Amino acid sequence: MVDKGASRLFRWTATGAGALILVVLVAVAAFLVLRAWPALTTPAAELTEKVSWMGEATSLLDFVGPLIFGTILAAALALVIATPIALGIALFTSHYAPRRLASGLGYLVDLLAAIPSVVYGLWGGLVLAPMVKPVWAWLNEYLGFIPFFAGTVSPTARVLMTVGIVLAVMILPIITAVSREVFLQTPRLHEEAALALGATRWEMIRVAVLPFARSGIVSAAMLGLGRALGETMAVLMILSPGFLYSFKLLEAGQQQTIAANIAAQFPEANPLGVSALIATGLALFVITLVVNMAARAIVARRKDFSGAN
Amino acid sequence: MSATTLPEGNAELRALLRQVDKGRHRKDRLMKGLIYAAFVVAMLPLISVSWTVIVNGIERFNAYFLTHSMRGVFGGMDAGGIYHAIIGTLEITLAATVISVPIGLLTAIYLVEYGRGALARAVTFFVDVMTGIPSIVAGLFAYALFAVILGPGVRMGIVGAVALSVLMIPVVVRSCEEMLRLVPNELREAALALGVPRWLVVIKVVLRTSIAGIGTGITLAIARIIGETAPLLITVGVIDSINFNLFEGRMMTLPVYVYRQYSQGLVPCSPDAVDCIATINYDRAWAAALTLILIVMLLNLVGRLITRFFAPKNLG
Repeated sequence: MVDKGASRLFRWTATGAGALILVVLVAVAAFLVLRAWPALTTPAAELTEKVSWMGEATSLLDFVGPLIFGTILAAALALVIATPIALGIALFTSHYAPRRLASGLGYLVDLLAAIPSVVYGLWGGLVLAPMVKPVWAWLNEYLGFIPFFAGTVSPTARVLMTVGIVLAVMILPIITAVSREVFLQTPRLHEEAALALGATRWEMIRVAVLPFARSGIVSAAMLGLGRALGETMAVLMILSPGFLYSFKLLEAGQQQTIAANIAAQFPEANPLGVSALIATGLALFVITLVVNMAARAIVARRKDFSGAN
Repeated sequence: MSATTLPEGNAELRALLRQVDKGRHRKDRLMKGLIYAAFVVAMLPLISVSWTVIVNGIERFNAYFLTHSMRGVFGGMDAGGIYHAIIGTLEITLAATVISVPIGLLTAIYLVEYGRGALARAVTFFVDVMTGIPSIVAGLFAYALFAVILGPGVRMGIVGAVALSVLMIPVVVRSCEEMLRLVPNELREAALALGVPRWLVVIKVVLRTSIAGIGTGITLAIARIIGETAPLLITVGVIDSINFNLFEGRMMTLPVYVYRQYSQGLVPCSPDAVDCIATINYDRAWAAALTLILIVMLLNLVGRLITRFFAPKNLG
């Protein structure tokens, strides 16, 4: 490309802006490592002494471990609840709803994404929690033999199960949007072939749409997982926290997530405490980065080989 | 065998099939029911959230609430408002927009007009990855950045704006890129053939054609970040009085205000207190949440109207 003067300047500016994106991403990692370094290099005994929210432990890993566990448990719970519903909605808007209504109904689902997370937190804490209390008590009484529902049921319902529901609502739109895109890309001929062989609509979806969309569904779910891992406010405002490796979803004071812990402790933390919190944030960053990159890589590979479009 | 089947044979066959396939048809109906149910289930929280926010928020949502700060308000006093939070939200969001739009738009131009090879592929991939950065991590990044420059413990509006731009840039890039790609190549080629330099083609032809779409994209990106709470909570902090200065001191923002009021909880009122409302903090939180939702919905609406009114008539 031959260009000079203003054209070259413009091209360089645009290219610089593109490169800046990569720089920002590297900078995020670099500054987090830089600020987390004091905590990473301080002996655990000193950390325990100086950082109020940490209990007795032998290394930083012991502090971060339960948080990572809580984060992944909460996100996985949200994913288990949200994925089937999101796939249902996506199929509804792509294959079931009347064509004319489909886009309007899809827009309604997107509205769920427009509601700020703090409003979900407020709603979860003041409306949903009192509402689900009897349900959790029932689950605990009759299905208490399942480890997830065991333990003493919390009288306030500020438990991980409630958080999981709110997180599920929050990640519904992204899972729905991505999988709807993929469902719509199913080659028309595959669908018609299935119908011509006498398949019912559900059988057509099972033999033509779902196999075609499998990788898309996986990456949609992973994008949802990424969102749920990093969600702060809903967890912070609903969950009564604890630092245990516990699968009890209905008992208060068991788990806590990285993001909510940072938001809760940050305002009152001393310098070393801030550093320790940033170290946990670094762990969260790495986890979400891996999940998102995997999801995006699946989507990208799919685009190359699917032959759709 | 002939291709045409006798009508009665056909009907017989159909009846036979229906008998054999009872299970399959039942399953088909069941799945249809489940899929419709999934949609209904998803609508429940939407309805519940909007309903409770409106019902609980409307009571306190008035001119007094919008034009007063929380300065000197304590206990269960029937006073206090969100003026300071609105100022903070507007300023910080505006600053974030000022940072994000040039970077995002230029990146989109790079990807569409110039991007070839490894760098462009990397940028595309990492913009996608960047959309998945948790908001709290963006907050930590901005905090760490300013802590290195200005020393630890800095709390001011501009730090929050930087945190929000990390979240906003990828959204702006995505939407602008999509809009720029919609501009037909013939327009570019026509301009280039007339001897217009490349950069003027981009500015005068490509950007001018897609300006409505870009406006929509930016408005929706603002709507996306205006409700962010966690990064502002840790970078900008909380305050009860009005602060107009982005570069000095803590600021209040609407989402953080909602959280703050919520976390203060019920007020213990003595039975003979005259001016004491036990649920005042929750009431303020709901009213502020209503304000926030109204702003977000307004931005969404404006975004859609921009496309309708500023769309170039000669496109398509």
